[in-house]
Amino acid sequence: MANQKKRTADHAAEQMLGRAEQLGIETAWHRWEAMQPQCGFGKLGLCCRHCNMGPCRIDPFGSGPKMGVCGATADTIAARHLVRMIAAGTAAHSDHGRGIVHALHMFGEGETVDYAVKDEAKLLAIAAEYGIATKGVPIKKVAAEVAEAAYEEFGRQFGHQRFAERAPEKRRQLWERLGVSPRGIDREVANMMNITLMGVDNDYKSILTHGIRGALVNGWGGSMIATEMSDILFGGPKPIRASVNLGVLREDEVNIVVHGHEPTLSEMIVAAAQDPEMIALAQQHGAKGITLAGICCTANEILMRHGVPIAGNFLMQELAILTGAVEAMIVDVQCVMPGLSEVTRCYHTKLVTTSPKCRFPGTDVAHIEFDEKHAFETAKQIVRLAIENYAHRDQSKVRIPQNTTGLVAGFTAENAFRFLGGHYRSSYRPLNNAIIEGRIRGLAGVVGCNNPNVCQDQAHLTMTRELIKHDVLVVQTGCAAIACAKDGLLAPEGAALAGPGLREICETVGIPPVLHLGACVDNSRILVALCNVLNEGGLGEDLSDIPVAGAAPEWMSEKAISIGFYVVASGIYTVFGTPHPVMGAPNVTDYLLRGMEEDYGATFAFEEDPIKAAHLMIDHINKKRAALKLRPMLHDTYAETDATAELVGV
Amino acid sequence: MKAMLVTRTSLCLACKACEIACAVEHSASKDLYTAIQESPAPCARVTVLQGEGFTVPLQCRQCENAPCMQVCPTQALSRLDQSSPVLLEENLCIGCTWCVQACPFGVIRLDAQSHAIIKCDQCFARVQSGELPACVVACPTHALEFKTQDEILAEKREATLAEIRGTLDEVTK
Repeated sequence: MANQKKRTADHAAEQMLGRAEQLGIETAWHRWEAMQPQCGFGKLGLCCRHCNMGPCRIDPFGSGPKMGVCGATADTIAARHLVRMIAAGTAAHSDHGRGIVHALHMFGEGETVDYAVKDEAKLLAIAAEYGIATKGVPIKKVAAEVAEAAYEEFGRQFGHQRFAERAPEKRRQLWERLGVSPRGIDREVANMMNITLMGVDNDYKSILTHGIRGALVNGWGGSMIATEMSDILFGGPKPIRASVNLGVLREDEVNIVVHGHEPTLSEMIVAAAQDPEMIALAQQHGAKGITLAGICCTANEILMRHGVPIAGNFLMQELAILTGAVEAMIVDVQCVMPGLSEVTRCYHTKLVTTSPKCRFPGTDVAHIEFDEKHAFETAKQIVRLAIENYAHRDQSKVRIPQNTTGLVAGFTAENAFRFLGGHYRSSYRPLNNAIIEGRIRGLAGVVGCNNPNVCQDQAHLTMTRELIKHDVLVVQTGCAAIACAKDGLLAPEGAALAGPGLREICETVGIPPVLHLGACVDNSRILVALCNVLNEGGLGEDLSDIPVAGAAPEWMSEKAISIGFYVVASGIYTVFGTPHPVMGAPNVTDYLLRGMEEDYGATFAFEEDPIKAAHLMIDHINKKRAALKLRPMLHDTYAETDATAELVGV
Repeated sequence: MKAMLVTRTSLCLACKACEIACAVEHSASKDLYTAIQESPAPCARVTVLQGEGFTVPLQCRQCENAPCMQVCPTQALSRLDQSSPVLLEENLCIGCTWCVQACPFGVIRLDAQSHAIIKCDQCFARVQSGELPACVVACPTHALEFKTQDEILAEKREATLAEIRGTLDEVTK
């Protein structure tokens, strides 16, 4: 078969894929292979199903239809579809944010005792930003008022997102001039659905402009609210050591895997799994204890706040069940594969859905709906179900790969770069100086998903290794962070693979060359960190001046498209691996890859080869360094490290 | 006149519209929305395959000296006349799969539901009534064409002439 390419760079995943084939169990990789060849019209963005005169397809070769029934051209069709993808991504992140605000509000109103404000300083800081009086006001009342103010950002009918005021003045003026200052969150999502309706906007550039505003409302609205409110409720993360990969599951313990995105649920599961009553119950059922592990971004949330180990990233959700040792997989929303229930049916593993937004058909999937009012009780009920399921485990079917790797997580916009100065020089100055002096070339955000259309993790690792080798400090979120954590790049020892300038700094301060900044909503932390860099001075006046680049080399979700657009529209050059579904639309493609530069001072690039992509980013960083007239790099002849070398074994 | 299905692989986008159209054409209802609910489910006689760097719809080549016809023990496979495609008399097919083994292209298969083999008939009834095969009509990029040998040869000769003309121009420049 032409499709027999390497499926994963992760040894544990490889073992589990072998196990799947031995047992004849299908995973996303097998389904992807069965799906080949995939439709070229879809890939090129040339099919439209927005109305019932269609479906329509444009012939990219020119001999077939050049317009849809309504007269929409390839550019109109691709732009409309892309903007609907942005709308979905923005809706997902923002609804996540709304959920956290809801929990904060319930705490403030005294409607739940299970949540509390863990980071009072942050609550007060956000209250000040919102203009809410706090002096002499009880903390609960402040929480309720902050939550109400945050709620208003969703339904806002006048003016712009408040957190967007954090952006540098030049950027805000640019947004104002281009008409993309983000307004109410729900309004922007509704607007994107409206303008992409049959017979509304058909000017590709105008459509994309609506999409860009709808993406900015995610980054500087929904996602940023999710991040800030999570920090208030669950505590601002602090650097914490943990381990990652399927080897964190235990043969002699009750294994519970949480998967999804929203920490309101997973935080409570953490508390329930540590509850002495639950541990005693597990022991009564013959287990030594309870192991909790995470998949995807909910894993990142509880990793960075509690050091809960990570079982794997997106493509490992089915593989975790194939260990035969998972008593319950608890899911909430986003990136939860419908195929999961087919795999859990082959094992004793109980699949538990918890959100009314995400349900599975079939009676064998338990639905235990989670609400903020009875959060801890519900969490205990779910943990109890897992414990009681331990007896049904068939130990002869258990195959846990022994792979685990250490990492440090828990960096934030507030703490990440302050570590560069150590305890006594806690500001962004050391980071800015390191860039100005040429010890660090610049910054890169390598984020995003897994996708079976590329070898799992390979693009993340190869790109990140190439960047740090060239003295680029990398920050990560989401499944990209988990990929590099499995590879050992998020441990301080990873500095051995960095270029001499970056390595020197990492080793002096004791930090990894790749910093874990959280879940996919926490890409907002990167925006805030970059604003802090600007405020510190010496690296320009706008986000587009900073020597920084972004990448999503293994993107899969519509959320990635939304993130990509808010990042580029904030002035940061961003490389996607496989292209957006627009390549059949020449003007749209040209605008994303070139035209956006004139408007936003940044563009997208599409490059599947991770080394070439890394060098596009490095070249961009060099260009920005030159524009700022920064000193030449201290060590431009870097030691040749092997980007494919095995850093961490078992 | 005997015609053949021609694929310009550079135009194939693997949308599988040919597969869907073929299945619908060989269904009882010949209607997409009804066909998808029929039992036995209609199936396509063409398969879009992924090659190294290209995709291509594969179907029966209607070989002049057809090995499938030669090995068929019940004469279920036959031609009406010289220009006809190789047609299946389903009632005669015993599902022995000798033709499956004899076919050099892997485009004949046994259908578990009907216990008979499945192969492309070039939409014989449609073509008789002056229409093109369903896959050709369905192809949105015109990657699939239905042509006689004479038409193909004429096109190729024309292209050759153009090439010679170009070379002559180069030489006499």
